[in-house]
Amino acid sequence: MTSHSGDGDHHHHDDHDHDHHDNHFSAMQARVKALETVLTQKGLIDPAAIDVIVDTYETKIGPRNGARVVAKAWSEPDFADWLRSDATAAIGSLGYTGRQGEHMRAVFNTPETHNLVVCTLCSCYPWSVLGLPPVWYKAPPYRSRAVIDPRGVLDEFGVTLPEGQRIRVWDSTAELRYIVIPERPDGTDGLDQKALADLVTRDSMIGTGLAKPAGDMR
Amino acid sequence: MNGAQDLGGQHGMGPVAPEKDEPYFHAEWEKRALGLTLSCGAFGAWNIDESRHARESLAPATYLSASYYEIWTLGLETLLKRHGFVSAAELAAGQMLDKGREPKRILTADMVPGVLTKGGPCDRLVSDQPLFAAGDRVRTKNFNPETHTRLPRYARAKHGVVERVQGAFVFPDDNAHGKGENPQWVYTVVFDGEEIWGEGADPTLMVSIDAWESYLERV
Repeated sequence: MTSHSGDGDHHHHDDHDHDHHDNHFSAMQARVKALETVLTQKGLIDPAAIDVIVDTYETKIGPRNGARVVAKAWSEPDFADWLRSDATAAIGSLGYTGRQGEHMRAVFNTPETHNLVVCTLCSCYPWSVLGLPPVWYKAPPYRSRAVIDPRGVLDEFGVTLPEGQRIRVWDSTAELRYIVIPERPDGTDGLDQKALADLVTRDSMIGTGLAKPAGDMR
Repeated sequence: MNGAQDLGGQHGMGPVAPEKDEPYFHAEWEKRALGLTLSCGAFGAWNIDESRHARESLAPATYLSASYYEIWTLGLETLLKRHGFVSAAELAAGQMLDKGREPKRILTADMVPGVLTKGGPCDRLVSDQPLFAAGDRVRTKNFNPETHTRLPRYARAKHGVVERVQGAFVFPDDNAHGKGENPQWVYTVVFDGEEIWGEGADPTLMVSIDAWESYLERV
């Protein structure tokens, strides 16, 4: 989903002469700058707080949290059972709590059922285990199609489900936040949890991907 | 409300177009928009349901052509004006003209880790027992309020099965409009794809929503 013309996301991509665009501010850059300036002058915000928020979600809270949850679930049946019955507590035991992860539910892929998570009404996403959502998750194409044509959506991610595997789409319409526990890849019996976590992608925990095959650790 | 935000099942929105190795932010202003939204939320002047309603109340053409951080920014401006913290004239001028309202709380840098770790739980104790149990067949209600609701259009007047009682939560349809939290039981309700989409539906598809009790009736 693109933004209005002149938006900061895209103004570098056009073919026009940039010589007269020195110190160019996009419409949204200027709008947000004005808002921050007014709020700062009023003493209503602490600009340093914004820096801490951004740093938290750029460097501390991201999909590696969720990958550790998945690896532990693959390795420890008791933990997997705890995730099934009380995901909020089980995930909290690893230190992953807080904003947009207050009420968690883990849904497990099986050979019979593949799970896919969406928020058709806004952008609900489990920040505490996956971090900030990607643009596509929040944009109209995914939100409109995931509930009616999930196989078409998965095809765009390069995922083809086995014929006969059911697909369960979870629309996050309330305050529960969902993490998909993908199926454990074959040939990973000897791997420790750290190595297993390296096989777990962000998309595999949304349901738009699968865990990477053994030997594909990066 | 039947606004542009209620996207489930709409056609013509184009490909999903996932971006490989997508960065968290695509421009500096997106970082500030995130931080401003969270900082102003900490005032305690509005709740998450009112925030969502401010965003979905954007004109459909605006909503559908905006990036999500743009939607957040426009929604935040609405809330700040509505609650007397800034004026339209100040936003246009890009500077303070009047002091305006004082918030209950101002988020400072030292408070951020604690606030993010705590989050904003919205489960509540209720005295009533849940009306429904796992396995019960239910029908979602048909209604079209101009106000906030979390029952998507595609899931109205549909038969489904309660899969799990999820707990009692703040009722957004009231909370978004200053009518109180009025918590209700919430249920995961599962529908066959065919019940929702009818002819031509993917026969292997099941869709679930999380529904507040007053969205449901027994069948």
